[in-house]
This record gives sequence, C-alpha cells and structure tokens, in this order.
Amino acid sequence: MDYLDELESKSIYIIREAYERFKRIAMLWSVGKDSTTLLYLCRKAFYGEIPFPVLHIDTTFKFKEMYEFRDRLAKEWNLNLIVARNEEALKQGMNPSKGKLACCTALKTEALKQAIKKYGFKALLLGIRRDEHGIRAKERYFSPRDASFRWNYKEQPAELWDQFNTQADGETHIRVHPMLHWTELNIWEYIKREQIPVNPMYFAKNGKRYRSLGCMPCTKPIESNASTIDEIIEELKHTKEAERAGRAQDKEQAYMMQKLRSLGYM
Amino acid sequence: MKSMPIVIVGHVDHGKSTLIGRLLYDTGSLPKERIEEIKETCKKLGKTFEYAFVMDHLKEEREQEMTIDTAQLFFKTPKACYTIIDAPGHKEFIRNMITGAAQAQAAVLIIDVSKGVEEQTKRHAYMLAMLGLKNIIVALNKMDLVSYKKEKYVEVLGETKNLLSKLGLHASYYIPISAKLGDNVVKSSENMTWFEGPTLLEALDSLQVSETLADKSLRYAVQGVLERAGKKIFIGRVESGTIFAGQQVTFYPSGIEAKILSIEVFGKTQSKAVAGESIGVTTNASVSRGEIACSGKKPEIKKEFVANIFWLAREPLQINKELCLRCATQERVCKIKRIYERIDSADLRVIEKEAKTLNETEVGKVLIECDKALVLENFNEIPPLGRFVLLREENVCAGGIYVY
Repeated sequence: MDYLDELESKSIYIIREAYERFKRIAMLWSVGKDSTTLLYLCRKAFYGEIPFPVLHIDTTFKFKEMYEFRDRLAKEWNLNLIVARNEEALKQGMNPSKGKLACCTALKTEALKQAIKKYGFKALLLGIRRDEHGIRAKERYFSPRDASFRWNYKEQPAELWDQFNTQADGETHIRVHPMLHWTELNIWEYIKREQIPVNPMYFAKNGKRYRSLGCMPCTKPIESNASTIDEIIEELKHTKEAERAGRAQDKEQAYMMQKLRSLGYM
Repeated sequence: MKSMPIVIVGHVDHGKSTLIGRLLYDTGSLPKERIEEIKETCKKLGKTFEYAFVMDHLKEEREQEMTIDTAQLFFKTPKACYTIIDAPGHKEFIRNMITGAAQAQAAVLIIDVSKGVEEQTKRHAYMLAMLGLKNIIVALNKMDLVSYKKEKYVEVLGETKNLLSKLGLHASYYIPISAKLGDNVVKSSENMTWFEGPTLLEALDSLQVSETLADKSLRYAVQGVLERAGKKIFIGRVESGTIFAGQQVTFYPSGIEAKILSIEVFGKTQSKAVAGESIGVTTNASVSRGEIACSGKKPEIKKEFVANIFWLAREPLQINKELCLRCATQERVCKIKRIYERIDSADLRVIEKEAKTLNETEVGKVLIECDKALVLENFNEIPPLGRFVLLREENVCAGGIYVY
C-alpha cells in the first residue's frame, strides 16, 4: 500500500463505520474539491451506489460553474441530491453586504439546521481536513453537535484506535470527518491518480485561479499560472500562502472562524 | 508525499508548543498570514513573538497560555511530510493527550533540563508504553537556561533513561535543544559543540516507522453486509495478514468455516488484499458485523480476560456496572469484575489492591467479563485485536490492552 492507498483505506473505513452506526445519515457536498473527493470515496465505499442522500446547502450566491458541475455529477453518479436553502432569509434579502457573519449564519448554518430538522439526520459526513485552518486541527473524526449546533471543543471525549463516539441523543447530531488526516496536496495527488472530476475554476486562467471555492461575493482567486493538476501539485509543494487566503469569512476579524465554528458552521 | 504522524509529549511548560512553533517556523511551513496573525496577537497582548501561539490557536488558549485540546499541523522535509500532534500537558486534558498519541507513529518526549523529569513526563511516558509507541526521541529543552552546559544534559539524560527503562521503553536519541532560540531543532547549535548527535529534524528523518502486519496471520474484521447486483458483499478491513480469493478461512468467534470466493473493490479487479486495506469479500458462508475471518494461527477466544485499562472519564469506574466494549468491529456488553491493582499513572505506584473504583488518569489491572466470547490477540503481535475501548453512554471512557 502506498500513502494514498492508506489515506483512502482509512477514509473508507470511517465512512462505512458512520453508515453502520447511523442509517439516518447524509453527506454534505459543497461542490468543492474536498467534498467532491469525499463523494468519490463514498461511491468507492458502497460500490457506486451511495445509500444515503447528498445534501447541498445552497446560498444562491455560488458560482454558475459550481451549479453546472453539481448538476452534471448528480446525474452521472446517480446521486440522491437534496438542495436546501434558507428561503425565509433569502426572501428578506439576506446577502453579504448585511455582514459576512450574519450572512454565513443565515444562509449556511441556519439552512443546514432547517435541513437536519426536516429530514431528521442524525449524522453528517463532511470533507473537512485538519490542515485547512488552525481551529479545524482540533476536530475529531466523530464530533457531536448539540441542538443549537454548538461544538464543545473543550470537553471532547477521547477518540482512539478507530473507535468512535456515537452518542446522538435528542437533537444532537454527529459530524463525521472521514478526510481529517488528508492534506491539500494529498487531495490533488489523489484527484490526479483517480481522475476525479473537478470544477474548472481551480485551474488558472489569465494568471488567476481559485484555490478554495465558496460564495461568489466572498471568494477571490489567487495569483497563479497553474493550469493543470500537475502544475497545482507543483505549486502546492512550494507555496506559503494559506489555502483559504481567498476566503473572506476567515479574515474579517480575529477569531471569526472560531466563532462560526462554535455556532455550527461547516 | 508520505505523511508521518508524530506526537510531542511532556510536562506542562516544558516547551511542547514552543518546539512545534519553532519546527514549523524554521522549516518554512507557516503561511505568511499565520505569521502575521500571530505577530498581531502578540503585539496586542504586549509580547514578543511567541512560537507557542502557532499551535495554541484557540482564543482561550492564547489568553490562558495552555494547550487545551490536541491539535495538528504539518511540516515537510525533502524526506517526508510530518503531521505534528501537540498534546496538552495538563493532567485534566489526558483524554486529549491520548487521542493525539494514539494516532502517532513516533513520539518526541520533551523535558525541561532546568527542571528534569516531572509528573506529566512520567505519565506521558507511561501512556506511550501503553499505546505501544516504539519510536521515541527525547528532546532535552531549555539548554539556554543552563548556559548550554554538558553536565546538566548528562544529568537529566541519566534520569530520563532510568524512567524509560523502567517502562520497557527505549529512546532512539537524546538531543539537547533550545526550542525558544532554535538550537539543534532544525539548525545545528553553535552553543553546544560538545554534542555530536543529529538535530531533532535529522533524527526524525532517520526514523524507520512502517511496521507492516501483512506477514502475520490473517484477521479480517467484518464491518457489515451490502447487497450489490444480487451478491452479498461482506465489507471490512484486513487488520493483519493477507486475504485472497480461494482462501479457506474460519470466522470467529462463531467458528463458521468458509471459502473466500472473491475480493470486491469498486472499479478494480483484485484477487488479494493485505493488512490495512478496506475491501469487501464474497464467501459461501453468511456472517454479520463483528465476525473476524481468520487463517494461520488460531486466535484467542475469550469471554473473561485480564487487561490493563486507563480510565479517561471524569466520573470514576465502578466495578460490576455495565459497560460497552469495542475491539475492532466486535462489540460486547461487559463488566469489570475485579480491579486487582489501582495504579497511579504518574509514578506507577500501586495505590490500592482489590480496588472498587478507578479515577480519571488512573490505570487498573482488571478482570473483564463479557456477555459473549470475542476474538483477542497479543497486543505486541496483532495490535488491532489486542487493544479495545470501553464506552459508557456511547462515549469512550477507557482504553485497554489485553493481557491474558
């Protein structure tokens, strides 16, 4: 087994554990490279037929290319796709000019809360990784969220030897992170090896490319000439810029990510 | 690029977070933004650049100057990509230390030379022994505080060797460093020309860690059953050995004999799989989650057994109360029938014989009785089936090692 096989095998094991423990489970798909890789791993884990819904939280502010990519893959991979929006907030005109924290909270966190309630999900699979952001380094593979989505990072139970905490009483749900141990570089190495479809926005056009994808108003491309997967891999081996440098919600104020996270942001 | 998880352990304030910050900074692994952010925070708090802030990312940790949870970051050398796990030193955060250390393939035990071996040094060393971590590097830190004197290094080295040998541990290197000033971490120190060994980074690069279980007897843990195209696929992971189409196996604990008909991997044709692979198999028998397909040496099958457990929950362990035991994919209802010895993990002293309870961070040599027999193995031989966790209300409250 090489190191990509090891990463893959561990993720598949965790995905299958999550499904064995929780039949009311869904995968959260942001349509970015990480959660698309997770989607691919779910297909592998279940031999091409993912036995649970794939949930896309749609803020309506995503890029056109993201919607196209989502719909194309949903059809090709025969996904049970659920698109969820906070219709109420959208009707009242919520958008990033009303404050980034308020907008993320209403259109992502609230929309997700509504979807979890509506479908009664007890567990969600997410494609987050430890190397993305300092606070994500504190995550467990199985991590409970209470009814108001709070993450009690100070009182986390121990997690060892691929044995996970599966308590999900009342309105608690468990966040499952099968790709926690991957790095951004690993993702691209794996995408290359497995020929996983990726959104063309990741490749450079006119000296710019997107390294991380979010909502249109809050995501900026980085300076780059990497127009192929190989060039991206080469770029990542040398970069010192943070992956989420183009994501406004991480920077707006110190500790914003921490605040968002403890409020239930993905 | 291959990634190797390493854990940094040691007593509180002996410099774990500082060492990690230094490693990341000197290997050029920190994003510009992160450096700016730390500079900004330090300025606000009226401090000079604090390497520990790299890891202590959470707000509370910055303000209280301690690591609450285990955190992870990455740095690279031309040889490997390291996942660096910082484990909290405070006693009350032992759960997080265990969580961090259980994922590591190697450990750096850091000791402040001006203070020597302290309580958490011992406790963490004991946990490393219990988790079966064999690659250990000792970093004797804060050499700058003792004027880089060789005598002090030799003194604490002796003290540390004593501790480790008592636990059956052996360190590959003892390196005098100053994490704060950077001596012997990434760059060789000009202040300690008397030391001829490698820098910490060179020592890490030299470790041989991949221990393969592919040569052991087959143990394939069944996770569940899927029906695809009219076929029953028993999904699971090869915990040790090799599994192949046509192989004669016995599923334990049930004892059902069967033949592996095929190895099932999505999008690939594969006729065998080795330790570590998550696959599926078809077979002429019908089994369920928790059965272990075995060949080669017959496994131990026990309902009652002796184990060493370390208690990780705030609420103490009570004997004869129902708990849940999980070992690989096996799950049992169990009770601790006896606590032969209650042991203090800091000094390994037996606090009490024939005890009735175990408190957080204490270790117990116990007798466990399960509702049904399960497959167990010598921990040093096939670790995935020699270790288990105990759960109360579906939360992990103890880790354990099977003894006999």
